Amino acid sequence: MTVNIILCGVGGQGILSIATIIGEAAMNENLYIKQAEVHGMSQRGGDVQSNLRISDQPIASDLIPKGKADVIISMEPMEALRYLPYLSATGWIITSSTPFVNIPAYPPIEDIRRELDGVGNVIAIDIEQMAKENDVPRSANVILLGAAQKALGIEYEKLEDAVRRVFARKGDSVVAANIKALKLGKEAQ
Amino acid sequence: MKKLLLGDEALALGALHAGLSGVYAYPGTPSTEITEYIQNYEATCPTGPNGIHCRWCTNEKTAMEAALGMSYAGRRALVCMKHVGMNVCADAFINAAITGVKGGLVVVAADDPSMHSSQNEQDSRFYGKFALVPTLEPSTQQETYEAVRFAFDLSERLAVPVLLRMVTRLAHSRASVEVGTPIAQRPLSPAEGKNWVLLPAIARRQYAALVEKQKDMEHEASVSPFNKRPTDAAGKKLGIIACGIGYNYVTECQPKDAAVLKISHYPLPAEQVRELAAACQSILVVEDGQPVVENEIKGILGSEYEVRGRLTGDLPRTGELTPDNVAAALGTPSVSAHAEAKNLAPRPPQLCPGCGHRDVYTALNKVAAEIPGARIFGDIGCYTLGALKPFESIASCVDMGASITMAKGAADAGLRPAIAVIGDSTFTHSGMTGLLDAVNDKSPITVIISDNLTTAMTGGQDSAGTNKFEAICLGLGVEPEHVRVVVPLPKNMEEITRILREEIQYEGVSVIIPRRECIQTLQRHLKEKKLKG
Repeated sequence: MTVNIILCGVGGQGILSIATIIGEAAMNENLYIKQAEVHGMSQRGGDVQSNLRISDQPIASDLIPKGKADVIISMEPMEALRYLPYLSATGWIITSSTPFVNIPAYPPIEDIRRELDGVGNVIAIDIEQMAKENDVPRSANVILLGAAQKALGIEYEKLEDAVRRVFARKGDSVVAANIKALKLGKEAQ
Repeated sequence: MKKLLLGDEALALGALHAGLSGVYAYPGTPSTEITEYIQNYEATCPTGPNGIHCRWCTNEKTAMEAALGMSYAGRRALVCMKHVGMNVCADAFINAAITGVKGGLVVVAADDPSMHSSQNEQDSRFYGKFALVPTLEPSTQQETYEAVRFAFDLSERLAVPVLLRMVTRLAHSRASVEVGTPIAQRPLSPAEGKNWVLLPAIARRQYAALVEKQKDMEHEASVSPFNKRPTDAAGKKLGIIACGIGYNYVTECQPKDAAVLKISHYPLPAEQVRELAAACQSILVVEDGQPVVENEIKGILGSEYEVRGRLTGDLPRTGELTPDNVAAALGTPSVSAHAEAKNLAPRPPQLCPGCGHRDVYTALNKVAAEIPGARIFGDIGCYTLGALKPFESIASCVDMGASITMAKGAADAGLRPAIAVIGDSTFTHSGMTGLLDAVNDKSPITVIISDNLTTAMTGGQDSAGTNKFEAICLGLGVEPEHVRVVVPLPKNMEEITRILREEIQYEGVSVIIPRRECIQTLQRHLKEKKLKG
C-alpha cells in the first residue's frame, strides 16, 4: 500500500509542518517515507510544493509520477489546481478556499472554484476563518490536515499522537490548540 | 537506529560519524543544510575537546583551501557548496588533486538540475573527470550516509580528494536512514616532504603520479559497492545505465525486458559498460544533469553501438530527470487522469513585504528614471528578484560579485551612470577585489551594498563582513566622503534618493550602504528573544 501526497501552497503558509506531522505518524508505524521539499529562492512568496510518499514497501522515486497522487493538500485554492495532472482518477483535493492574491494575474476566484468543483473529490474549507473563529489562529494548516484524514487513510488517533509529539517542545497550550484544530478539520470532512 | 533525514542531513551525519574534524562551506542551495546540520550538532552535543570546525567561510575558495590545510595536517575535512561554487574554488580543487591529500578530503558539490535556485545547471561530474579524482553520486539518503565514510576512506587510500555529487532532489528529500556508530577523529599528523610545493619540477612528478593512479581509481569503481551490475543481463533487449538519482526513477518504472547497471561511483568502469553492451541490443543512459556518461560510453563502445539518452532526445536535453520523463524514455509514459488546469497563473518568488531591498529598488528606480541610459547591474541573492515585477530594476545577474566589475567594465566603455547592486554577503564573497580594481582605475561607478546583515536567500546564515563594510571600503581606498550609509525605509526615501543623485554624479567610485536587518531574521530573532523571556 502506497499513499502519494502533494502538499502545496505559497511560501510561508506552513505546508512543511503538515508534512512533518504526517511523516511523524508514518515513522511511528514503521512505514517507508520519502518527502521531497522545496528550499531556497521559491520560498519567497512563490508557489511551493512537497511530494510526500508513504508505503509499507520501499519507495524508489522521491517524486510522484503524473496521475499517481492520491491526495493534494493545498493551503491555497489556485495552487491546488497547479498539480492537477498529478492527481489520480480517484484522488482527493483538500484545500483552503481562501485565495492568497500576491500576483496581478490571479484568475477570478469563482472560475477557480468552478474548476475545483469539476474535479469531483474536493473538500474546500475556509480554514483561516475557522481558525480565527475557534481561537486557534496559528493552526489553520492543522485544520486542513484534519480534513484530509480520511483521504490519507491514517487513523485519526495516530494523527493526533503525531501532533502531540511534533508540538511537544513548544508547550502544552500549543499542543492543545493544534489538537483542537485537527479535530475541527476532521469534523469538516 | 533509524532517523528521518534530508539527503543533506544524511550526508552531514555520515561525515560526523566518519571522524570529521572540520566542515568548510559557503551557503548555497541545495547544499546549505549540510553545514547547518553539523553546526547544530556541534552546538547541541559538542564532540569533545577539539570540537569540529563548522563556521561559515567567506567563499568556496577559502573553504576549499582551509579544508586542504586541515587535510595536510592529517585530519578529515569536508567542503560543501552548490555546483557553481565549484567554479569559484576550481583552482584549489584541481591542484589539490596534484598535491594529493593526507587526511581524507571530501568535496561536496550539490548540483541543481532544472535550476530551481541557480543560474545554470552545470554538472559537477565534469569537475571530477577534469581533476582526475573519483566521484561518488549516491542514489538514496541511505547511500548518501554510507557514501561519505566510504569517500573519506577512499580519499585516504588513494591520497586524492574525492568529489561527492548531490542533486537537488536528493539533497532536499527526506527518507529514513539507518545510521551506524561514529569513529574518532584522526590525530594531528602533518604531511612531510615537498610534494605539496607545486613548483614545476615537483608538479610534473605529482601530475604523472596522479595519472598513474587512474587505473587504481577505475579498479576501485569496478569493485565499488555503489555500482551494481545486473545479474540477468544476457539476452535482454535494453541495457540501462542508471546514474545516481536516475536509478530511483528507473526502479520506479519497473522496465520490462531490460537490464540495469547502476552507476554511483566514477571513473565509469568501462568493463561493466562493455559487459552490458554485449548482453543487450542497445543502451539507454539515465543520468541527471548533462550527458556525461552518454558521451563517455560512445568512446568505450564505438559509434556503431546504439546509445540513447539526452543527446538523442529520448530524454530532454535540459532540466532534471523526473519519473515521468524517464517513464516516457522507457516507452511507458505516465498517464494523467486530469488535464492541466485552466485557471492558473505563475506565482514567481518575490521580495518579502517590508524587506529593505524593496526600498533600495524604489529609490534606485526613481533616480534612474531621471537619467536616460542609466543601467543597474545586479548580483546573486534575494535582491536578484529586483529583476521581476514590480521593480524590473536590474540589467544583469551573472555570478557572485559581477555587479561591481560589470559596472566597471561598462563605465570603462563609456556607459553613464553605471550602478552596481550587491548584497553584503556577496560583496565579501567576491565583490571586494572588483571594488579594488574600480578604486585603482578611479572608475565612475556607484556601488550599492544592500546590507541586511545576513546571507538571506539561503535562510539567514551569518555574513562574513557584518559590521566591517565601511572599514573594508575605506581600506580598499574608497574616499571617506563617498562612503554613505542610509537606512532603507519608506520614510527615508527623500534622503536616499538625494544621496543617490549626489553619488551618481561623482566621477569616481562611490559606495552607498543601505543597512537594515533582513525581515526574516528579524522575526526569528524577536521570537527567540520572546522565548528567552
